Amino acid sequence: MKFANLFKIALKALNNNKLRCFLTMLGIIIGVASVITMLAIGQGSKDSIKAQISEMGSNMIMVHPGNMQRSGGVRPSAEAMQTLRIADYEALRDQSSYLADVSPVVNTGGQMVNGNNNWPSTIYGVTPEYMDIRKMSVDEGSIFSESDIKSAAKVCLLGKTVVDNLFPDGQDPVGKVVRFGKIPFTVIGTLTPKGTNSMGMDQDDVVIAPYTTVMKRILAQDYLGSIYASALSEDMSDEAQTEITEILREQHRLKADDDDDFTIRSQQELSEMMNSTGDMMTILLACIAGISLLVGGIGIMNIMYVSVTERTREIGLRMSIGARGIDILSQFLIESVIISVTGGVIGVAVGVFASWMVNVIARWPVSIQAYSVILSFIVCTVTGVFFGWYPARKASNLDPIEALRYE
Amino acid sequence: MDNDHIIIKVDDIRRNFTVGGETVHALRGVSFDIRQGEFVTIMGTSGSGKSTLLNILGCLDTPSQGRYILDGADVHKMSKNQRAVLRNRKIGFVFQNYNLLPKTTAIENVELPLLYNAGVSAKERRERAISALKAVGLAERLNHKSNQMSGGQQQRVAIARALVNDPVIILADEATGNLDTRTSFSILVLFQELHARGRTIIFVTHNPELSAYSSRNIVLRDGRVVSDEQNPRMASAKEMFDSLPTDDN
Repeated sequence: MKFANLFKIALKALNNNKLRCFLTMLGIIIGVASVITMLAIGQGSKDSIKAQISEMGSNMIMVHPGNMQRSGGVRPSAEAMQTLRIADYEALRDQSSYLADVSPVVNTGGQMVNGNNNWPSTIYGVTPEYMDIRKMSVDEGSIFSESDIKSAAKVCLLGKTVVDNLFPDGQDPVGKVVRFGKIPFTVIGTLTPKGTNSMGMDQDDVVIAPYTTVMKRILAQDYLGSIYASALSEDMSDEAQTEITEILREQHRLKADDDDDFTIRSQQELSEMMNSTGDMMTILLACIAGISLLVGGIGIMNIMYVSVTERTREIGLRMSIGARGIDILSQFLIESVIISVTGGVIGVAVGVFASWMVNVIARWPVSIQAYSVILSFIVCTVTGVFFGWYPARKASNLDPIEALRYE
Repeated sequence: MDNDHIIIKVDDIRRNFTVGGETVHALRGVSFDIRQGEFVTIMGTSGSGKSTLLNILGCLDTPSQGRYILDGADVHKMSKNQRAVLRNRKIGFVFQNYNLLPKTTAIENVELPLLYNAGVSAKERRERAISALKAVGLAERLNHKSNQMSGGQQQRVAIARALVNDPVIILADEATGNLDTRTSFSILVLFQELHARGRTIIFVTHNPELSAYSSRNIVLRDGRVVSDEQNPRMASAKEMFDSLPTDDN
């Protein structure tokens, strides 16, 4: 028995019942399309969260003064906020083995002035390493040097928003002198624009200066606002945090039963939390979609059973003119596989289209996964064979004499 | 043509069924030979065992006892699949209710047996189907669907389907049973034409009138052959058909 002939026979049989065939297919189409769309949405949102996090620096670790776990909702006392010192920063920089970069951070808000133009912004006192930690880069000009830090030089780099507001006529700000409050700063560079972050904050509304300058000349304080660091890699984030804790406890001469007087936050914690939420979402969506694929498969089985009963006489005739059991089995199996595979192909197309619509209309990020396409395709072929098998076997086991007499 | 060639040899065939714990003897030892070119009617009332005999002759069933040799092949020793292939190559069935595929054209219906024969190409299949349909006088209706045809036309398609694989024997089961008298005779005319061209035909019926139009008549009763007579003066179905009034007047 030639396969091509069997295929032709199956195709003709399906052609005789187009509407039923299409309705059966619909179950598979909806199943496959929803699997693909749901996974695309799940993956898309995960990807966008990941992108936002890595935009901020995925291996970033922040050390803040005071113990936020202990203090709960109560605002820590002023004294508790002064626990981070320059010596701590230097200790971390010199002693750590898991940290790539360390930078102290002191920041304060204030008015930036250039002639008639005013702009309220925030000035960050940092070291050049801060740029790497936060994944920032210099657009024009250059970053300040080690000697600028030593001398607390009055130099700064401006973010794009600040540049736009202080130099509305499009002048090159590099080399110009602007004021922060009353203190004049020479602009030595501008920052590459980063846009708005996931929380809706303008990341370009910043002024960067040596931390010594901000501490001594603006704030006149001898403690740090916080320390930012980056682990050598994302995987080393945990070790890096342990190490920071050890070094700072040593620095602060804390006894074994004293609480930490600082708090460490890592970007990785955040990303793990968001990832696991994302994974859960994806699994949940995939489960719902998988159930609809299963329902579609049961639909095939149901229709094939009805079809076998309805076509008992036809089966009897085919047997009487020489169809063997295997021929009948193959015919019905091929019919159900044609339904499921065609449904699968249409389902993939519908799924891709639906994902695109979700992206265009609802503005949700989507990412169509090759594996979800392949997986749902395999699943629906297997579904066709699996759910078509029993009805097909029932058909092939019919007795031709009985089948011919069936009314 | 060798008219002594034995197509069918039935030797003391018995067939028992067990129904509700009781054994029913449908055939109690049936023996006959059918030679090439014979037109045999097998007659009997219901319960005479003629359906059981037809199923055995058609290789759909096997005897409980006895031998059945079809064109040199020992059918009683064959497996289910071997019998299916044998049916495909050697037997043409014509049923009372035509058994055409619904919503399918005449030509596709006739092609059907050849689809189960891997040795026949698509081109040859079509050619043979067309020539079989021409042989039954349906050259004009190749692409008519089965539900667009009259009973007589449908039965002609069924006969074409039985002819298409060039069988050694045509088995007709009450082939005129669903048709009015006039159409019945037109079908009988066709069978006589096929017989005249050398086809071997077995026509199973309960209608005693039809025996006059065949060359041999076997009568069954209670699972046994009670009469087996040659009919040297075969009546012409054509004459009878022509004498019947047409529907028009």
